[in-house]
Amino acid sequence: MTGFLQPYFEYGGEWWPLLAEAMLNTALLSVAGFFLSVVLGLALLLCQMSGSAVLRGFAALYVTTVRGVPLLAILFLLYFGLPGVGITFNAFTAAVLGLSLCFAAQVSELFRAGLKAIPKGQREAALAAGFTPAQCFTFVILPQVVRVILSPMIVTFVSLLKDSSLASLITVNELVLTGRAMATEYFLPLQIYIAVGLCYFMIGWPFSVLSRRLAAPAAR
Amino acid sequence: MDALLSVAGLRKSFGSVEVLKGIDFSVKAGEKIALIGPSGSGKSTCLRCMNFLETPTAGEILLDGERIGMRNGRMMSDRQLAPQRAEMGMVFQLFNLWPHLTVTENVAIAARKVRGLAYKEARELALDMLAKVHMTHRADASPLELSGGQQQRVAIARALAQKPKLMLFDEPTSALDPELVCEVLNVIEELAGEGRTMLLVTHEIAFARDVADRVMFLDGGVIVEEGPASAVINTPREERTRSFLKQIRH
Repeated sequence: MTGFLQPYFEYGGEWWPLLAEAMLNTALLSVAGFFLSVVLGLALLLCQMSGSAVLRGFAALYVTTVRGVPLLAILFLLYFGLPGVGITFNAFTAAVLGLSLCFAAQVSELFRAGLKAIPKGQREAALAAGFTPAQCFTFVILPQVVRVILSPMIVTFVSLLKDSSLASLITVNELVLTGRAMATEYFLPLQIYIAVGLCYFMIGWPFSVLSRRLAAPAAR
Repeated sequence: MDALLSVAGLRKSFGSVEVLKGIDFSVKAGEKIALIGPSGSGKSTCLRCMNFLETPTAGEILLDGERIGMRNGRMMSDRQLAPQRAEMGMVFQLFNLWPHLTVTENVAIAARKVRGLAYKEARELALDMLAKVHMTHRADASPLELSGGQQQRVAIARALAQKPKLMLFDEPTSALDPELVCEVLNVIEELAGEGRTMLLVTHEIAFARDVADRVMFLDGGVIVEEGPASAVINTPREERTRSFLKQIRH
């Protein structure tokens, strides 16, 4: 057992800065990807709810397509494929785009489910009270939707965080890629990948706890 | 004296089904009108047309001389309708309180956002209205913690806080457990005593007779019979009214 833990004591001081930097990159990638997912997801939602059949059709096609294609294929397309038609992104940008294109579909579905969960009477009561539709959305609908979807939203973020590891395959210097480089250098893949796993856990776990906390009162 | 509310030629269709087939009536200020009739007779639809929660297919609604829902021959949007709707307080069958707000906030929010009252003024107004419905003791509770009867009383306070010209009640006791009906009816009766103008859709026939000045019996999308409350309920002229009242009493 001590033999297994030995490298942590011996190389911990060298590993930690490398892993810390990689953690930061993973966190940045995930936060940026999630933020853009929410923006795109809302845009998608507006398309889905719009009066225009073209926009609704586009949104439906988008959701179906993105759900049917693996994230890795989207990342490869963005990073290796698009340069073929003269569009080049750096690895980090391509990863943020890929993650958000993929997760936007999930986020928009979450919003949609959240809106559906609000009974029609809520809006009617607001209109009857003299609210404009915008006030009704801001003061009555949105606060309730946020409550409904906050917890699943955080779960989605954690799953995006984990999927961000795929960005290692398009050379983003995040946790998995850093781990792989370290494993090659130190010949200690077992200890290093365990450390990498723990790093993901350290970022994601607080969110999982938060999500459960938030979900609890709603389930009452 | 002119009517506060006057309705002429009101029609409403859902698809190919005509639910209201030409309704005419008027309500004077301070009058209390009960709308009764079998399920599907169109009474709730009729009430919901007053503030355009349902858009009438045809007809004219005037509140205090102002045409509701139409301006210069064009249908008004929800946004344009907002100030007109604010003139009418509405109480729903399912209360429709906003669960993310406290009882007081439910009553105060429209006063702040629609009428632009300051936070403190709106809160005072809300507490006054809650006192009217005997709910001051639960001012800081969440609507989710209240019984149905209490929720409906808060919903009534919320509608009163609009300082409406007209109160619309859409089967306010239909969703309540029998033992909770009374507390809500008592509150409505107290309001009736304040000289408010009220339009009430109800299945509580005895209550309609005691509280309303006039009763309108709706069936099949038309007003079958209308008159002083006790006359329509105690000595109905029309056969359809008689058979409906007979069924209700059994």
